[in-house]
Amino acid sequence: MLQVQGVFKSYATAQGPLAVLRGADLQLGQNESLALMGESGSGKSTLLHLVAGLDQVDKGSIEIAGQRLDQMNEAQLANWRRTEIGLVFQQFNLIGSLKVEDNLAFQARLAGRYLPEWQAELVERLGLSALLKRYPEQLSGGQQQRVAIGRALASRPGLLLADEPTGNLDENTSDEVLQLLLDLLADSPTSLLMVTHSPRVAARLDRQAVLHLGRLAAEGDR
Amino acid sequence: MPVLFWTLKALLSHWRRHPVQFFSVLTGLWLATSLLTGVQALNSQARESYAKASQLIGGEPQKVLVAPNGANYSQALFVSLRRAGWPVSPALRGRITLKNLPEQRLTLLGIEPVSLPSNTALAGQSLDTAQIVDFFTPPGSTWISPQTMQALGLHEGEQPLSESGQALPQLHAQADMAPGLLLMDIGFAQQLLNQSGQISRMILPADFAENTPALPDDLKGELVIRKSGEDNDLGRLTESFHLNLDALGFLSFVVGLFIVHAAIGLALEQRRGLLRNLRACGVSARGLIGSLIIELGVLALLGGIAGVISGYWLASVLLPDVAASLRGLYGAEVAGHLNLSIWWWLSGLGVALFGAFLAGASSLLRAARLPLLALANAQAWHETHARWLKRQGWIAGISALIALLAALFGNSLALGFVLMASLLLSAALGLPVLLNALLNALLGKSRSVLGQWFLADCRQQLPALSLALMALLLAMAANIGAGSMTSGFRQTFSHWLEQRLSAELYINPQNSAQAAPLQKWLSEQPLTSAVLPNWQVSLQLHGWPAELYGVIDSPHYRQHWPLLDSASGDPWGQLAKDDTLMLSEQLARRLKVAVGDEVKLPAPDGDWQLRVVGIYADYGNPKGHMLVNAEHLLEHWPQLTPNRFNLRIDPHAIPQLLRVLHNKFTIDDNRIVDQIQLKAWSRQVFERTFAVTAALNSLTLMVAGVALFISLLTQSQSRLGQLAPLWALGVTRRQLMLLNLAQTWLLAVLTLVLAIPLGLLLAWCLDAVINVQAFGWRLPLQVFPAQLLSLMLLAILATLLASAWPLYRLYRTRPADLLRTFANES
Repeated sequence: MLQVQGVFKSYATAQGPLAVLRGADLQLGQNESLALMGESGSGKSTLLHLVAGLDQVDKGSIEIAGQRLDQMNEAQLANWRRTEIGLVFQQFNLIGSLKVEDNLAFQARLAGRYLPEWQAELVERLGLSALLKRYPEQLSGGQQQRVAIGRALASRPGLLLADEPTGNLDENTSDEVLQLLLDLLADSPTSLLMVTHSPRVAARLDRQAVLHLGRLAAEGDR
Repeated sequence: MPVLFWTLKALLSHWRRHPVQFFSVLTGLWLATSLLTGVQALNSQARESYAKASQLIGGEPQKVLVAPNGANYSQALFVSLRRAGWPVSPALRGRITLKNLPEQRLTLLGIEPVSLPSNTALAGQSLDTAQIVDFFTPPGSTWISPQTMQALGLHEGEQPLSESGQALPQLHAQADMAPGLLLMDIGFAQQLLNQSGQISRMILPADFAENTPALPDDLKGELVIRKSGEDNDLGRLTESFHLNLDALGFLSFVVGLFIVHAAIGLALEQRRGLLRNLRACGVSARGLIGSLIIELGVLALLGGIAGVISGYWLASVLLPDVAASLRGLYGAEVAGHLNLSIWWWLSGLGVALFGAFLAGASSLLRAARLPLLALANAQAWHETHARWLKRQGWIAGISALIALLAALFGNSLALGFVLMASLLLSAALGLPVLLNALLNALLGKSRSVLGQWFLADCRQQLPALSLALMALLLAMAANIGAGSMTSGFRQTFSHWLEQRLSAELYINPQNSAQAAPLQKWLSEQPLTSAVLPNWQVSLQLHGWPAELYGVIDSPHYRQHWPLLDSASGDPWGQLAKDDTLMLSEQLARRLKVAVGDEVKLPAPDGDWQLRVVGIYADYGNPKGHMLVNAEHLLEHWPQLTPNRFNLRIDPHAIPQLLRVLHNKFTIDDNRIVDQIQLKAWSRQVFERTFAVTAALNSLTLMVAGVALFISLLTQSQSRLGQLAPLWALGVTRRQLMLLNLAQTWLLAVLTLVLAIPLGLLLAWCLDAVINVQAFGWRLPLQVFPAQLLSLMLLAILATLLASAWPLYRLYRTRPADLLRTFANES
């Protein structure tokens, strides 16, 4: 499903170029879940952004379902994100001016993949039925993250990328949201790549990988 | 397509949740479009009226035969020319007032339809035989424009009475008639104007006029060939008047665009998260910018429609004042009702679209250029803003340099406007840089903790408020500039009027035959202390109309005719003795002559060379004005008779003199004008001319107030983050409100203080550059402290009003809202 090979990425800073990724490698199979861990600045989020097509590699390749991301142009990458990728952020990043129901359907509609039955099932399973007419600011953190997960899965993407999805939630809510996410993924062919600091969260995914100084330092199974 | 639709839906949903921002963008576009299209409506209405007036007969300006001094002449000349084979057609032009409508003076044009060149269209129509017969068969026919008929409250077929009680021929509305004009058969016109046997011009057919033979010997000197409207080319004469209106409209447009710029910038900043979301969800950068452009276009259309409608309203409110000014200054009649083409409406919408994209371009550019992952990063946005400020400083410097170069080397009206525009641009763009430096300097001197916070926080608010402050600076400077110029002009004009209109009574003889007996009789009257006759010749100098006056040598002129510049010794003595002349300031500038230079005048017997011995002010006169000694004038134009007598007389004796005059001579009342009447009329024209300026200036200040209000309101929400820590540290909400008020006032007062020198500089530009280039006269720069103070107070009041509602909202903020600020921090 996902093949990351020898990826390098650096950013220009006032003090000169800062190398964040220095030959990172990673593999992820279909319907598999992988927790990406590492200390701050190890390059976890950068790798996630590159896989999402939000940024371009300096060197190396990223291949997803047989397609090379590093060879796509801006428009192709946008189309790629719209149809093949679901993104969940730590800060939820919902559209504040749209109601919950519109937020949920947003990406699926953009991708032309809006399925009312699937949407209804997501609403039901995420426990959002009573909240559909509300705006994001009227929801708690856990509720907002559930909406973000629903939005990411509504278009049935091949790959779900989550950047610290429970980082802003308390322990109980975090467990609850994570369980919902894993339950939903269990019934779909979607793979999950999640960046997390929490070993407890990482332990619930199929595999764990640790990045250190921009390279894969360790890997293990549940 | 679904991508565009859902992207637009997400973008537009922002406005539903932020109606104030939506209102501010629309208000900016609305006000900007409204003021500019309003001014354009006024100008296009006036220009259409001029075109109709000059193309009334034959669809284009005709060549005509007129007397050199523009006076009426005997119909016998028409008969003798016809006998000599000239295919001329007589016409008589005059002014008439209708009974019960003394305020409305109309132009009456009498024509002779039978002798008009064949196939000549009248007001766009070719007359058939029945219409020609209707014209001269009693009760006759008076053509009038529908707007004028409506404005006078008259109806089709009606026969209104003239002031002297004579009935006009039946009224018939004709769409292409010029406003304020009555067209009828010359026979009726002669009776109504009390000009029996007199005509004012003869129309020449276009093909004949191309190769006109020489005039018969007995008519040489009595008649000259002119192009109809040449002596009164309204389009050219009024050009500067309209250009000034355009400039004011443009200034208001720019101030309005500042609001749009501020609101769009803030809206984009607030939607950083949304933009990132959309990009993350798979909307391409190009698709996103395209959607933002469509959104801006829709907003521009909405604001534009509102602006064009209110521009129409504004123009119809200001039209009476503009029409009165044009009538008073140039004798131009402008329709009292707006009649605008579809192109005006469409161009108004075009202006709104252009303005919106101009105002939103930098925000769109910033959104397009910021990297995707940095979109949500406030710091990135602020860094871009800081770079933008630096660039702004550079542009301000370059603008100031352009202004300096235009001031040093400019010698045209266009460069005058370049000077003013670059001066304003430089000041506006330099304002945030200057305020930043001022606050930095104050910060360095502040010792108290709260004082340091106060100044640092004030500086932090600058990016969000700078555009509104720029709008305030521009509006205030424009008000100070135009106010100082108007007040200075009023004072100079009144002083000049008092000196120049010193004769108590002005009498114009009914015709040339009456001039000599009238002069003799007036000289014999014991009630008059002096009779000053004037001889007048209308000339064309360098393509501009000018009037040459012959005056006698009298101590009156020495005492009451102030000279701006004169030859050494006794200039009036030189005028009496030698071939010399004095001329108006504007004519001197147009001819580029000074005292001592030679001027050639076209006389019937060849060029007449005269030396300039004096230059005088002649405010408000669009035509050139010259004085020569009457005896010298009559050597070149021997047929001339006096066309006006200025009388020095005890004002109390005027009624008695007029009673005797009316018993002795037949003279219309409108040919007798007393000094009080003339001064009142001149002042009225002056005030109405500047009423439009004052109205547009007040509106500009109002627009700036709205800009400040919108900026304060928009940022009042984001202010909670800065104010909550102070509240947590024990500052009460009331204190927070007062601190916030003081910050707004500090910025506003600093801006207003900077506006004073800018406004005075602007006044200097208007007095010494724009007035000189546009009208030909230079005014002394005068400062009116009371006016400055009242304008400052008005602007501070506007600031108070603008900050009242956002402050009230802050005061009403619940502690829970302030707490949420901390809860949201992560």
